[in-house]
Amino acid sequence: MQNLGIDVIFQGKNFQRLFEGLLVTAEIAFISIIIGSILGIIIGLSRTTKSKAILFINRIYLEAFRIIPTLVWLFIFYFGVTTALNINLSGEIVSIIVFSLWGAAEMGDIVRGALQSLPKHQIESGKALGLNYFQLYWYVLIPQAIRRMIPGTINLATRMIKTTSLVVLIGVIDVVKIGQQIIETSRFEFPTASFGVYGFIFFLYFIICYPLSQISKNLENKWNK
Amino acid sequence: MDKNNNPVLLEIQDVHKEFDDKEILKGINLSLHTGEVLVVLGPSGCGKSTLLRCLNGLETIQGGDIKFKDMSFTEKKANWQEIHEKIGMVFQNYELFPHMTVIENILLGPLKVQKRNKAEALAQAEQLLDRVGLLDRKDSYPRQLSGGQKQRIAIVRALCMNPEIILFDEVTASLDPEMVREVLEVILGLAKQGMTMVIVTHEMGFAQSVADRIIFMDEGKICEESEPNEFFTNPKTERAKHFLNIFQF
Amino acid sequence: MSIDWNFIVTSLPLYEKAAWLTLKLAFAGILLSLVIGLLCSIILYFKVKVIDIVVQAYIELSRNTPLLVQIFFLYFGLPKLGLKMSEGTCAIIGLAFLGGSYMAEAFRSGLEAVGKSQIESGISIGLSRIQLVRYVIIPQAFSVSMPSLSANCIFLLKETSILGAISIIDVTNLTKDLIGMYYRTFESLAMLVVVYLIMILPLSFILSWLERKVRYAEFGN
Repeated sequence: MQNLGIDVIFQGKNFQRLFEGLLVTAEIAFISIIIGSILGIIIGLSRTTKSKAILFINRIYLEAFRIIPTLVWLFIFYFGVTTALNINLSGEIVSIIVFSLWGAAEMGDIVRGALQSLPKHQIESGKALGLNYFQLYWYVLIPQAIRRMIPGTINLATRMIKTTSLVVLIGVIDVVKIGQQIIETSRFEFPTASFGVYGFIFFLYFIICYPLSQISKNLENKWNK
Repeated sequence: MDKNNNPVLLEIQDVHKEFDDKEILKGINLSLHTGEVLVVLGPSGCGKSTLLRCLNGLETIQGGDIKFKDMSFTEKKANWQEIHEKIGMVFQNYELFPHMTVIENILLGPLKVQKRNKAEALAQAEQLLDRVGLLDRKDSYPRQLSGGQKQRIAIVRALCMNPEIILFDEVTASLDPEMVREVLEVILGLAKQGMTMVIVTHEMGFAQSVADRIIFMDEGKICEESEPNEFFTNPKTERAKHFLNIFQF
Repeated sequence: MSIDWNFIVTSLPLYEKAAWLTLKLAFAGILLSLVIGLLCSIILYFKVKVIDIVVQAYIELSRNTPLLVQIFFLYFGLPKLGLKMSEGTCAIIGLAFLGGSYMAEAFRSGLEAVGKSQIESGISIGLSRIQLVRYVIIPQAFSVSMPSLSANCIFLLKETSILGAISIIDVTNLTKDLIGMYYRTFESLAMLVVVYLIMILPLSFILSWLERKVRYAEFGN
């Protein structure tokens, strides 16, 4: 069988460049996950208030990200916000903003779900022991809530990593873009490059995301005994 | 009433049953005659439910044999479809199919397994429903019914298959007390009509009035076997005495 | 800021066409993925030897890689092996490939939720294995799976937004082109959002209604 274009990956600096692209992907994902988590926790906690206004705003925020596809959000910020505010944001910055907002919305929902699923009598017995609001949260609720949040969080992180592949469509030089560049420049020497390169990128995403989802599954199984 | 001269429907020979290396049934021998009502009593864990479940093949046995008429359960060629048709079962948690109406629940077996004529099966189903007083509920869903109603329908469902034996596995244990009676009365009615039954129950008063024979089990074996009146007033074994004392206050 | 209504009106037919294309591709992808998902989950439930390992591998591979890369592989990579498909076909296959594994997960949890005693009840009235699956297991599994299945449907519809990468004129790609050509950024993006609302909200309502209809969830009680 003629060569599948896999060896083009090992030509020259291609391998190195692919990994640099991967780094860009990882960077965007990582920063977004962190910002998103912090914001998300705040949002999640805020959803336990009784204020209807806050709950309403939160609801709209979450639904906005649930109905409108992520790519569309990227376009909205990349084309829309930059035009409206007359500033020039790079694809990377836009990506980080959008992913952080998305992550925060989902994370907020995960946090809220975790807090709500805690048995009410935990709160009551804590109060009966004389714990104040802060102590109640710190010693009783938060440790248990964190446990319930972890599968959802890992799942969200995995999804975010996969979705970062979209940033190539707003011009960010990530691993997919570099792959495309390699295929372009190798058109004559390695006509079958697209098979090998895309296959390789497929494989790269897999080895990043699969371990994460396995960890999540294992933790879930361990804790649901 | 001595039904011991009636033909034997079910022959249980030296049955042994294990779960995870633990022996639950340690050699059960029993004959069930046509028209007989056997009530199996015993403390929890004695194996009575397990024995019942072996009688229609829900549990497999590791030793001995069970014969329905001349069909052996342990033969490779055992005709399980026929066995399930002829030996019906009613469960503690009714186990009606929640996505079907009452009448659909009842007709599933007759139409799809026995491939009977729809009009004929429907007529029988309605007649049976009427007998238990639930004909007006035939298009309801299980979730709309009370526990007692569901259990009576579960009995009708078993009856509509025209079984020769019906097994009852603690069928009133999940019911609120006021519904227990309506179900037990249906079973008593069946007994009067000569249905062959094996009943596992904790309702002692009921056991005494419905049974032809009481089988008392303990730790996987049949400990005592006698007429109901005799068993309740004058149990022979120590363990039976101890068991019956639990119910006296 | 003034809104160019003229632009909006003239672009409407384009959006309508793109929306229909989006819906058609999504619908085909959803249907196919439901079939794949159901088959896979039945294979896993009955632990069919050898094939179940293949199915598990498929599920892990498709769930842990982005749709964009999968579609690039199908559209740009496979032709090098001689397998060239139209972009529409690639889109549907890509959606079905990814969707199939999501649906399989949804069905699997539904199948596992059907109580053992329900199955015993079916056995006790003499149902054969196939009859059990058809009359007892699948209806109840479907009821439990429905929320996940409907979430997956919406997910797949949203994923069509990336199909522009292989030159399909879906609504998102159309918007990008229009912005590039006419610079009516605000109007274009606004229409895009509205189109998604129009496509997704009714679907979401229909699915919720279906969910309620099949919720026999008060099992046994």
